Amino acid sequence: MLDTTAVPAPASTSMAQVRWIGFQTIVIREYGRIIRIWGQTLVPAVVTATLYFVIFGSLIGARVGPMAGFDYKQFIAPGLIMMQIIQVSYANVVSSFFGAKFGKHVEELLVSPLPNWIIVGGYTAGGVMRGFMVGIVVTLVSLFFARLPVAHIGALLAAALLSSIVFSLAGFINAIFARNFDQVNWIPAFILTPLNYFGGVFYSVSMLPLWAQKVSLANPILHMVNAFRYGFLGTSDVHVEFAFGLMLGLSVLLFALAVILLDRGVGTRD
Amino acid sequence: MLALSTRALTKVYKNGVQALRGVDLDVEQGDFFALLGPNGAGKTTLIGIITSLVNKTGGTATVFQHDIDRDLERAKSCIGVVPQELNFNQFESPLTIVINQAGFYGIARPEARRRAEQYLKQLQLWDKRNGAARGLSGGMKRRLMIARALMHEPQLLILDEPTAGVDIEVRRSMWEFLRDINARGTTIILTTHYLEEAEHLCRNIAIIDHGNIVERDHMANLLLRLHTETFVFNTRNAIATVPSVAGFVMRRIDDYTLEADVSKEQNLNELFAHLTQLGIEVLSMRNKVNRLEEIFMRLVENRSANA
Repeated sequence: MLDTTAVPAPASTSMAQVRWIGFQTIVIREYGRIIRIWGQTLVPAVVTATLYFVIFGSLIGARVGPMAGFDYKQFIAPGLIMMQIIQVSYANVVSSFFGAKFGKHVEELLVSPLPNWIIVGGYTAGGVMRGFMVGIVVTLVSLFFARLPVAHIGALLAAALLSSIVFSLAGFINAIFARNFDQVNWIPAFILTPLNYFGGVFYSVSMLPLWAQKVSLANPILHMVNAFRYGFLGTSDVHVEFAFGLMLGLSVLLFALAVILLDRGVGTRD
Repeated sequence: MLALSTRALTKVYKNGVQALRGVDLDVEQGDFFALLGPNGAGKTTLIGIITSLVNKTGGTATVFQHDIDRDLERAKSCIGVVPQELNFNQFESPLTIVINQAGFYGIARPEARRRAEQYLKQLQLWDKRNGAARGLSGGMKRRLMIARALMHEPQLLILDEPTAGVDIEVRRSMWEFLRDINARGTTIILTTHYLEEAEHLCRNIAIIDHGNIVERDHMANLLLRLHTETFVFNTRNAIATVPSVAGFVMRRIDDYTLEADVSKEQNLNELFAHLTQLGIEVLSMRNKVNRLEEIFMRLVENRSANA
């Protein structure tokens, strides 16, 4: 026999408080997910970055020589950290939100009084959180291979923050449209990975022919990697101000798009 | 005050299916209200619109006077919903699921933990609070969804077939629990395929079919409309032929079972007197079908015949 001594009473909470606690709850839930499946969420990025350092940094890099005035391992370290931040931010949100759609528990949020911008914000914060967790660990790993000065700490943190926001939002939009797990993997495999490799992680774009340099400028990851490298090494292949403007603009644009898609119920409401 | 009010609510899905055709429905605050209908009648679509899981095509809906178009956040904060399909993260623990749900409604974590303990204990899930939810039995999963829906102590609780697949003992315990929640002021809207459940719990009823409300009345009034009931009698002695009882239509089912149609103008004493005169001793008697089920079937079948 169930106990029947409940005394339900109407709640009297301000909507601002509801939104703040709701946002915190999404972030706490995402943190719990990252920690619960740490073998999937944290370890692979560290292993991949370590392999890059060993193969490209130590084995091949020793024969490459200096790049943009820095030791090759030093040169690639910021790019490798940023590459992992970008990939895990994207992967976190796309898998978490699509998983919630697939398992239907996204309905817990959709029926709640939280506005859609809080839902988007909460998932984005989760992606940023995982990006920073992985970024810190990969930075520590990179210190085993290269000395990393910090030229502009503000630019360093801002580049990491804005890049992870942009790709968290991109992952969210991917999850909104995705109808199956294949569609979750297409963008990372066919778009994100090539953009990363052509994003100036392993080389300076000044080495490329002029036309290739111009084409490369259309790759947002090039700007993110160079803004981040500027934070560490004080050098960049692109205009840093433009890079930050681009990241900020993309953040605002993708956030607005994600909220509009949720408002319209694309992929979530019938 | 009305807990729920809809006017001319319509829904046409992208595939052209018209799920709701101008539904007008009022549910009073404090009511225990049954929303019945055959599969595909529009019940879940109606609930989906109220809880914002389905975009409506037209019409209006208010929850405790909060319009879902203009004041959606406040409207949703009044509602707790137990959906037909399981929709919690099966990899999370029951404790995490209910505490997070409270957070989505702005309940701070210390209070959420207190309520989690209260509701998980009341729904006999406290011992299972830390394991993955996928390890719970079907009945436990249903109870978990009720606990989750109650965490923000909603004024309107919507239950979409909450006892589907639940054994009789647990079902009756859930009835008592829900009746008590209702007695303490929570308005409840229940959809169910167990019409006995609706008859047992609900004071008012609406029947929806093909996207229209085809009946809306007090449960008692609706049941009064049943002109003829069929009773089944189990007899002590074997019966070789159908007994002839003036005014009653009788049928012999087997050697020890009889059926009789009894209209509202007739009474059972008269029937028993006749059977006694014929030397037939009745051991037990029951309604052949649930009374609400009979009315429900007649309404739905009449509409299908007229369509």
